[in-house]
Amino acid sequence: MTQQQPRTLAQKIWDDHLVVKGEDGAPDLIYIDLHLIHEVTSPQAFDGLRLAGRPVRRPDLTIATEDHNTPTIDIDKPIKDPTSRTQVETLRKNAQEFGIRLHSLGDIEQGIVHVVGPQLGLTMPGITVVCGDSHTSTHGAFGAMAFGIGTSEVEHVLATQTLPLKPFKTMAINVEGTLRPGVTAKDIILAVIAKIGTGGGQGYVLEYRGSAIRSLSMEGRMTICNMSIEAGARAGLVAPDETTFEYLRGRPHAPQGEDWDAAMAYWKTLRTDDDAVFDAEVFIDADRLEPFVTWGTNPGQGVSLSESVPDPAQIEDPNERAAAQRALEYMALEPGTPMKEIRVDTVFMGSCTNSRLDDLRAFASIIKGKKKADGVRVMVVPGSARVRIEAEAEGIDKIVEEFGGEWRFAGCSMCLGMNEDQMAPGERSASTSNRNFEGRQGKGARTHLVSPLVAAATAIRGTLSSPWDLEADAGSPELVQEGVR
Amino acid sequence: MEAVTVIEGVAVPFRRSNVDTDQIIPATFLRRVTKSGYEDALFYAWRQEPDFILNDPVYANPSILVAGPDFGTGSSREHAVWALRDYGFRAVLSSRFGDIFRGNAGKQGLLVAQLTEDDIQSIWAALEAQPGMSITVDLQEREVRVGDTRYSFEIDDYTRWRLLEGLDDVGLTLRDEARITEFESRREKWRPTTLPAR
Repeated sequence: MTQQQPRTLAQKIWDDHLVVKGEDGAPDLIYIDLHLIHEVTSPQAFDGLRLAGRPVRRPDLTIATEDHNTPTIDIDKPIKDPTSRTQVETLRKNAQEFGIRLHSLGDIEQGIVHVVGPQLGLTMPGITVVCGDSHTSTHGAFGAMAFGIGTSEVEHVLATQTLPLKPFKTMAINVEGTLRPGVTAKDIILAVIAKIGTGGGQGYVLEYRGSAIRSLSMEGRMTICNMSIEAGARAGLVAPDETTFEYLRGRPHAPQGEDWDAAMAYWKTLRTDDDAVFDAEVFIDADRLEPFVTWGTNPGQGVSLSESVPDPAQIEDPNERAAAQRALEYMALEPGTPMKEIRVDTVFMGSCTNSRLDDLRAFASIIKGKKKADGVRVMVVPGSARVRIEAEAEGIDKIVEEFGGEWRFAGCSMCLGMNEDQMAPGERSASTSNRNFEGRQGKGARTHLVSPLVAAATAIRGTLSSPWDLEADAGSPELVQEGVR
Repeated sequence: MEAVTVIEGVAVPFRRSNVDTDQIIPATFLRRVTKSGYEDALFYAWRQEPDFILNDPVYANPSILVAGPDFGTGSSREHAVWALRDYGFRAVLSSRFGDIFRGNAGKQGLLVAQLTEDDIQSIWAALEAQPGMSITVDLQEREVRVGDTRYSFEIDDYTRWRLLEGLDDVGLTLRDEARITEFESRREKWRPTTLPAR
């Protein structure tokens, strides 16, 4: 490929990481700039290295944190479950043995791996990022090529700092227009997934473009790229711009001095050329979007909050119809029920999708000075220890506690219910996380995916609600403005 | 990795679409630090239902799973592949797979064969007409044989070659180590390093 041909952003990053060009159907060998590690998908990879007598090639491009399986209360006490304790201790032993930087429970930089990387300034435009976690797509918000890998690939990156990969196809997701107050990045991505389906992005990198994307904060862009995997895409991308550079400037690991200038010169070239052609394109009208919510057991099964539970009989595709029938049975929902009449037991505010300071601020702005609905449990889990401290400096912990919610320590928590933060069978949640799969938040638990603003309004009203409903309740349109980004 | 050529055994008509890796193995089983012994965890929640297909004695020793579209979506957990393998599955057939699952399977010697939706429907019908029947998945010929009927399947050439030869990826890559070192010597200074910690 010559440099003169117009290229997409994804192709540019790919070309700049090409160690060996694959021939005769072989994959390309791609260099990895940053490898993020956590306790769940790494132990078997380190075992593999030990068995083969191989070292970690680049400990200086690797960083570990504890997040998936750590408690969010009593973090100063030993982890109760012995299997979980062993897993966390195994990461600590491996990090020490192989010379890898680790942020353990109690450390200010501990937290969800996809919150920690950007927060430290390690995630930056034009780099490749991998992690044994499918939500690694989050980092694409910076214009980085970032994707989740399995444990065999974790071992491969530890040993070689590269991955053999076939080039991805590219899909443009064009989101033009202006979001209405009360509608956020989360609603954009839920609408995208509902439109293209959970398999629509398979084999693609999604590049999010258009005026609605440009006007989002980095946090909003991370929310969108985070859920690319729920559309089947391994990676999502947003071209870097002033918002990106401003976010990065001054962070601990952001380049400094001459390095910053060199980086900026390169970063400004990181955009899809005007006449480059995508393999597929999708268009979303931001002006028309409403708060969005899922009704089923995959993230593509969603509707606007003002709509009703769909009728599977109306679905043409037999596989989708069967999946919808099964989903409604699991979710205990009747076709035609207005989404807003669905009552929840739990509101979960957290996860790598929506647990950054910006998300917590949005949630707090809605619940401030109010009391949660009777019988609803409200759990707020900051994305990292640093986010928690920053939120506390703004009094968000007090707002949550006065509301009647639980203010927890950082981690993945109830998003995947791997630690003790789980729902009971049959319980129903509004959750700011990314997956509504059967049993995801606990065996038999039922999940509705929502934005932080919808989570907050739902916690107040006890039924799936948006700030628009609070406005209607109060008869005043000013109420929600400050919570909207 | 053990080489894969021809797989013959009992096939399960698994009429479900969008089977995500949380269904294949729930997160609570991911606390273990081992790489084998996950057979108890496979489809854990569904196996509690008495009429779940794998609870049917006819499918006590299955080798091939014939699944609906979008099998293995969601989480990157390679445990999903280990659980299928430990349970005895050596091949999964579907019309669409989650990308990460497909990659993980290829690294662990689990053959992931992509057929058309129509062919999957046709195989389901044959298997349901004769529950417990054995079928053949031939990687060399890229075909599935069900009785006298042959169905071709797709798998990329490179994965097929690696499976047929039983090759280990890390070993293959390290043949190019000099080129990795050369690439590293050109790496720009602004790119991130995690050490020393700042």
